[in-house]
Amino acid sequence: MTKTITIDGKTIPFEEGQTIMEAAAAAGVYIPHLCHHPEYAPHGSCKLCSVTVNGRSCTACTFPALEGQEILNDTKELNDSRRRITQMLFVEGNHLCPGCEKSGNCQLQAVGYYLNMLDNHFLHFFQPRELDASHPDVLVDRNRCIFCTLCVRASHRDGKDVFAISGRGINKRLIFNSESGLLKDTDLDVNDQAAHICPTGAILIKRTGFTVPIGERLFDDKTIAETSLDYERGDHDG
Amino acid sequence: MKQFIQDLAEKHNNQEKQLLQILREIQACYHYIPEQAIEQLSGLLPIPRTRIIGVVEFYSFLHLSPRGQYELLISDCLTDHMRGKKKLTAYLAEKLDVAVGAVRKDGLVSLDNTSCTGMCDQGPAGMVNGYALTRLDRARIDRIADLINRREPLAAWPADLFYVDDSIAKPGLLLKQPIVQGAALRSAFKRGLKATLAEIDQSGLRGRGGAGFKTAMKWAFCAGEAQSERYVVCNADEGEPGTFKDRVLLNSFAHQVFEGMTLCAAIVGARQGFLYLRGEYLHLYEYLQEILHQRRQAGLLGTNILREELDFDIDIHLGAGAYICGEESALIESLEGKAGIPRNRPPYPVTHGYLGKPTVVNNVETFFAASAIAVNGADWFAQVGTEKSAGTKILSISGDCARPGIYEYAFGTTIQTVLNDCGATDVLGVQIGGPSGTFISSQEFDRKLAFEDLATGGSVIIFNESRNIFDIVHNFTHFFAHESCGFCTPCRVGTSLLKKQVDKIYEGHGSAGDVAALEELGQLIRVYSHCGLGQTAANPVLTTLERYPELYQNKLKKISYEPGFDLDGALDIARRLAQRDDAAAHLSQVGDHD
Repeated sequence: MTKTITIDGKTIPFEEGQTIMEAAAAAGVYIPHLCHHPEYAPHGSCKLCSVTVNGRSCTACTFPALEGQEILNDTKELNDSRRRITQMLFVEGNHLCPGCEKSGNCQLQAVGYYLNMLDNHFLHFFQPRELDASHPDVLVDRNRCIFCTLCVRASHRDGKDVFAISGRGINKRLIFNSESGLLKDTDLDVNDQAAHICPTGAILIKRTGFTVPIGERLFDDKTIAETSLDYERGDHDG
Repeated sequence: MKQFIQDLAEKHNNQEKQLLQILREIQACYHYIPEQAIEQLSGLLPIPRTRIIGVVEFYSFLHLSPRGQYELLISDCLTDHMRGKKKLTAYLAEKLDVAVGAVRKDGLVSLDNTSCTGMCDQGPAGMVNGYALTRLDRARIDRIADLINRREPLAAWPADLFYVDDSIAKPGLLLKQPIVQGAALRSAFKRGLKATLAEIDQSGLRGRGGAGFKTAMKWAFCAGEAQSERYVVCNADEGEPGTFKDRVLLNSFAHQVFEGMTLCAAIVGARQGFLYLRGEYLHLYEYLQEILHQRRQAGLLGTNILREELDFDIDIHLGAGAYICGEESALIESLEGKAGIPRNRPPYPVTHGYLGKPTVVNNVETFFAASAIAVNGADWFAQVGTEKSAGTKILSISGDCARPGIYEYAFGTTIQTVLNDCGATDVLGVQIGGPSGTFISSQEFDRKLAFEDLATGGSVIIFNESRNIFDIVHNFTHFFAHESCGFCTPCRVGTSLLKKQVDKIYEGHGSAGDVAALEELGQLIRVYSHCGLGQTAANPVLTTLERYPELYQNKLKKISYEPGFDLDGALDIARRLAQRDDAAAHLSQVGDHD
């Protein structure tokens, strides 16, 4: 007999070893997320995928699906909280969507739209964050880093460990693996997975800006729920 | 330097998991972690340099830029503030001609604040190059400043500056009857290890760190794991402000604590144990090493312990100033030489702990109690306490009372009894369990110490009527923002937002709606944070808001909106640039008519 969980009352099958996120995605249920990527080990840090499992808050990307779990996902309370968490990410960094090349392709922005985020709600931190334009092909703007560690995980898989998160608490920062601390002196190549995985506009490829015009971008026609499920169910090319 | 680093790395077998211990020694020698050392270590261990920088920037006691040859830190615990810490620090800064947070121009001395150093019964306290300084007053500061200015080596400083009192004010069941060395192990082998585990189970002993998980169950889970390589870890990272009982247990009863660890190792089948000692207790390090040495000599540690074919040894790992490492999975990360970021659970440490192997992590007091139970039996322990909370609890009492110190009580004792015993009068309220615990008001002193009522790791801070609730909330909220590891969004951003929101109200800029916003934010952090730090970081706000809502409302201005910053204050730079300070150069907040 297939094992099942329920999400918002809907019965969903799962396989032993799957996380709640994986079981949900396979069944076409979108759970908002930013630090999760189906090809990498889950991190569980952004907390957008928080769901209520048998009355307890858990991150769907790390928590195993277990027989009989009753899970709440698409509720007003959870989406209100997710909106607040997204707003936290917006005020922590310096995100100026209208002037950002990633606009329309940005997962942070798309999640904001999905959650009906209309303002930043919290006070801005206005933290000075450094930009590194030293690399010939890749630009890193720390103003937009949300510490999801996807670039760290990807670069580790690339065998280069170019990126790391250093510091503690609100003083966390993205650092590069070179003696000078500059991106140009690392092993980063423009074709590395790490250069393309950023869910926000923190890591951008140079000389490709606006080659896809606004209006024809990833999230212009589809919500992040649709694109994410397409991707995670393997409908993406490559 | 090259030779020093090479020898140091070799001493630690060039092991990555020793990184934090290696960096501690480099910091002690050079008073920072030089770039050259990072490059060399990344080659020797070998690990990416970013791993090393990540660790340096995570721990408060490690620095990428030089500190003074005398690194002075002053404890920023609320109890230190209650004893005049602020004025004393200012006096010290003036005496030494160095600003707080800075290094003196000649590089001789640096001064900064640090989170609670666990000397709350004998503060204001501080540290010099990691060694605890107690009972600071003007006279002692004069002497310290003089010693530094004369460049007197630390070894030649008078011992009384470093004297740490154990101040055991009220011993109970456990503290009155310390065990004879080896007695717990002998009893256990005589009774049989399985029977001893059953005895501990029957005693009802629950984890003394505060969470209260049944000790025997944890040990049984670990013993039941298929992996044969297992570890025993003693959590002596007592960073909860107001707690110092583990320091006293380790200073006065180290044998019994180590014996509890050895007992656990015999039961779960571990060959290696660790004492994770918080960096603030560096003064105990050599002493504890000596105790371990004595135990090896006595056949109570090492190979073939008591000729029972038990092999087990204990290493001491030092922390480096991170409250989060008291969380068991963060502590394990730290033991592995990494930044102390709590892991995702499941899996739990008992199945995937140190190096991914089954690991028992218990509090100092838990091991201390377990060895006494092995000797005296389950009934001896269980006859004391309540039905759900067997035995006694050791409390660290500080704040406004005549006799701060260590008190041991049977579970079920009321707070009023505790207050009477330590000589507390005119009490406004008591913080039970430190900032992450609960603030109780004078209406609740009939409440009981017990897992089912007031669960606590042992921190009890008393406030008399002269204290201000907002000073308490302000200090604690800043503490959590400082100690958040930054892993998850709700805690990393939320604790800093909470700090800003508390400051806004504290400084008198709050307006209608700000208290509601404060509560909403607090709930969000509590529910969605990754670990116990975030889940309890809003407790100071939420528990006082629940008890004194009118106090918060009275702090608010009677206008409908107030910006989150001081408008006039923000113009200060402009005034300085324009070199004018007349009335027209000042602005009041719009609508601010009172």
